[in-house]
Amino acid sequence: MIQTLEGIVSEHPFFKGLDERYIKLVAGCAKNVRFDEGQIVFREGDAADQFYFIREGLVAVELMIPQRGFTTLQTVGEGDVLGWSWLMPPYRWRFGARTLQPTRALAFDGKCLRNKCEEDHDLGYELLKRFTFVVTERLEATRLQLLDLYGAPA
Amino acid sequence: MAPQLENSIATRAGADPMLPALYCIERLRHETDDTFTIELAPANGSSEFHFLSGQFNMIYVFGVGEVPISISSDPQNSKTFQHTTRVVGAVTRGMGHLKKGDTVGVRGPYGTHWPVEEAEGRDVIIVTGGIGLAPLRPALYHLMANREKYHKIVLLYGARTPEDILYRRELERWRSKFDLEIQVTVDRGTRGWRGNVGVVTTMIGRSPFDPSNAIAMACGPEVMMRFAVMEFERRGLSSDSIYLSMERNMKCAIGFCGHCQYGPAFICKEGPVFRFDRIEPIFGKAEI
Repeated sequence: MIQTLEGIVSEHPFFKGLDERYIKLVAGCAKNVRFDEGQIVFREGDAADQFYFIREGLVAVELMIPQRGFTTLQTVGEGDVLGWSWLMPPYRWRFGARTLQPTRALAFDGKCLRNKCEEDHDLGYELLKRFTFVVTERLEATRLQLLDLYGAPA
Repeated sequence: MAPQLENSIATRAGADPMLPALYCIERLRHETDDTFTIELAPANGSSEFHFLSGQFNMIYVFGVGEVPISISSDPQNSKTFQHTTRVVGAVTRGMGHLKKGDTVGVRGPYGTHWPVEEAEGRDVIIVTGGIGLAPLRPALYHLMANREKYHKIVLLYGARTPEDILYRRELERWRSKFDLEIQVTVDRGTRGWRGNVGVVTTMIGRSPFDPSNAIAMACGPEVMMRFAVMEFERRGLSSDSIYLSMERNMKCAIGFCGHCQYGPAFICKEGPVFRFDRIEPIFGKAEI
């Protein structure tokens, strides 16, 4: 059975509890995308005009370090959100993203959503609440990574 | 609380629980840069060694000292047993220099075990990091040997780097059986690593287990376990379905000396494996 974009969006845990009219608005900014293994999803410094919900696959969030090459900071997989630079000026990717496996995702037009959020602050608040949760989770995880928990005890 | 095994040192080596029995090094294998596994067999060549998954032994390196180390081998094998440890001090450093045929003193097995019987008929989610995989390895052997008794089995394992992954070949073999979901992640990816990068606890949220009929086991750094518990609870697991292996400075291993006191419990006796609801009030408290 073919699932509609609205159906996919409404079932995603990220949008749990979001009013039906907002689901329609959000789905109106979404499209299905596919990436082959090793494909660039976005490059550091480019305009951040989209974000993604990974439906299947694995994506590396990476940073180019001179003389070290591309270094993976984190991977995101099924059910994860990829990208929030579209939310904040200057709307440029702080990191790059590249697929490690063939990946299916929902791509959301960030510009379209930003405009809708400006027009309807309730929608903006609902989306910001959800993205704040994702950002908080990533911050917690980053702090744990910095602790080097599995290293030799001090 | 999980029951202790009757076969303690008191029954194997006479009445004195502080008296170690002699065991020979059968094999010493380097797992990673700073971890190794020793395989031990009784020096007299006759007696058997029985233990339950999650229990530990006190290993005495003669002339150096004694340390508690979890047993990391298959509980079905009563001829030999293994310990995997990291080099963290004089005793483990000395242990790492032993050779086949050298002897060590062993007291044990001690402590409570993983709830492999309580987990029958349920999903099993195992979360571990670093050397914490070693105490859970016997439980994994048990689960694999009795696969039909369990629903989904999920292992989430976090290591520092790809080079620090323990039991890599075994993990690959288990994963290839297709009836065990294994996810490995590293804190720092290195060139050529194409797997997950990130903290192991973040994988709990998307793991395929049914929280209403699952049992969770976690072992690793205590901070990792704190975040694991938060994620288990967020998924809806009740605190009586979560088991943690706690670690403190164990000396006598029989509840005499009090070095490993953890609130009202001695970890050597009432632990190291605790059902979470029994330690919830003191878990993560800085004063404990």
